[in-house]
Amino acid sequence: MKTTRVNAVTRWVWPLVLLVALGLVWEMAVRLTETPRWMLPPPSAVFTSFYEDWSLLMQHTRVTLVEVLIGFVLALAAGIATGVAIDSSRIIERAVYPLLIASQTIPMVVLAPLFLIWFGYGLLPKVLITALVAYFPLAVNTVDGLKSGDREILALLRSMGASRWQRFRLAKVPAALPSIFSGARIAVAFCVIGAVFGELVGAKEGLGYLMERAASQFETARVFAAIFILAFMGVGLFVSVTLLERILLPWRRYISDGSRGN
Amino acid sequence: MDAPRPGTLLLTARDITAHYEEDGQILQALDNINLTLEDGEFVALIGPSGCGKSTLLDIVSGLYPQSGGDIIIDGEVLTLSQRLGHAAYMRQRDLLMPWRTALDNACLALEAHGLPKKQARQIARERFPEFGLSGFEDAYPAQLSGGMRQRIAFLRTVLTERRLLLLDEPFGALDALNRVALQTWLLSLWERERQGVVLVTHDVDEAIFLADQVAVLSSRPGHVVHVEHIDLPRPRTRQMVTSEAFLGHRAVLLEGLGLLEVDVVPV
Repeated sequence: MKTTRVNAVTRWVWPLVLLVALGLVWEMAVRLTETPRWMLPPPSAVFTSFYEDWSLLMQHTRVTLVEVLIGFVLALAAGIATGVAIDSSRIIERAVYPLLIASQTIPMVVLAPLFLIWFGYGLLPKVLITALVAYFPLAVNTVDGLKSGDREILALLRSMGASRWQRFRLAKVPAALPSIFSGARIAVAFCVIGAVFGELVGAKEGLGYLMERAASQFETARVFAAIFILAFMGVGLFVSVTLLERILLPWRRYISDGSRGN
Repeated sequence: MDAPRPGTLLLTARDITAHYEEDGQILQALDNINLTLEDGEFVALIGPSGCGKSTLLDIVSGLYPQSGGDIIIDGEVLTLSQRLGHAAYMRQRDLLMPWRTALDNACLALEAHGLPKKQARQIARERFPEFGLSGFEDAYPAQLSGGMRQRIAFLRTVLTERRLLLLDEPFGALDALNRVALQTWLLSLWERERQGVVLVTHDVDEAIFLADQVAVLSSRPGHVVHVEHIDLPRPRTRQMVTSEAFLGHRAVLLEGLGLLEVDVVPV
């Protein structure tokens, strides 16, 4: 127990040290080369912007975060539903799966201008873009997870007289959850990108909108502040999903990756 | 579980043949197998690997269709899907669910039979001591040794509360010491509940030590070449393994398997 705690601390220490070191190099480089602030502000200027523009930044952060969360939940529901449908029926699998894969060659963000035309400048088009980019990894990982179930365990349940629904609930879903969680980890990072892109194309609020406005006014420090918040949001959501997995799937810690425990 | 009814016919396999497909070819797995099992009787099937012994258990449990013949359970000819849920089936792999604790794995069948989880756990928990699993109720399978996992799998099988037990090399994955310990333990457990058991094994000593009857299957397509009635008294003890009667049965069975004629081990 003690060693794992030490490991957890050391795991965070070195990336942090590197981050601080990079910040110092950046600060020094900007000062020594006398780069103008509108071109590349030093980290200290970005911190100043955090301090001065805090309420403005938070106001737009909230908008973006709401878009991300709604989009993610929508993608989660739709992705898992699609995965279950594909797994439950051969016909659906044959019809839907190739289209689902093919659709991934279209970068979803290019739909943003269309959504702007159809749905305007409000919340809806951003939520849709966000949901769309997160949908694919969730759907595919749900399918993979449901198919990963141990055939012999399913046969065992059948020999016990378990119904199809029981086999789904008792064997397939629990076996699929680790895969769904790794899909969710990827998806949640995509969500932040999707929401910001939606805002960049056309919006009245949100961090993407704030960045674009600040950039046009050469408030470069504020652009960086927004970028840092977005990075923090992405990492925070990723960590949240990981923590949720640890809590909901406590058995995972006993299984080294790649092994199925048998 | 119902009380044992010695003398009543629990299972009859009548003229069972089976086929399977491999690389586009239809191969015959079983050829005209006849087998009867009374309640409280212990029958072992031995045979070379790939002779279809496991296929027979899959057929009886309702997981695999026979291509000819009937399976009669409790006096009724049952179709494939009707057979599901009639037998407690245990395979060589423990098939524990890695996401379930030992306790929840043990009560899987009870849950599948529709018992509320709380009640199922209660029933399973009471049986943990006699399976030597006390204190490991909340452990996950990945934390346990092979022998313990196999005992959980066996508890799960017993808790299906079926009169008919199908055991497919249940100790095959264990080391020799563990295997002997679990055989003895299985016997003491069976002496109390006296289910009808069909045990598939490739271990001649295991078959003689445990069973009332040992059926020898030929290599594929498997058919019964010899049935040996084991007249060792019950309860059996480990000492019997070196007895004259035991060695006599052993010689007959090895001959039935064609192993006595093999003097050069093929590489």
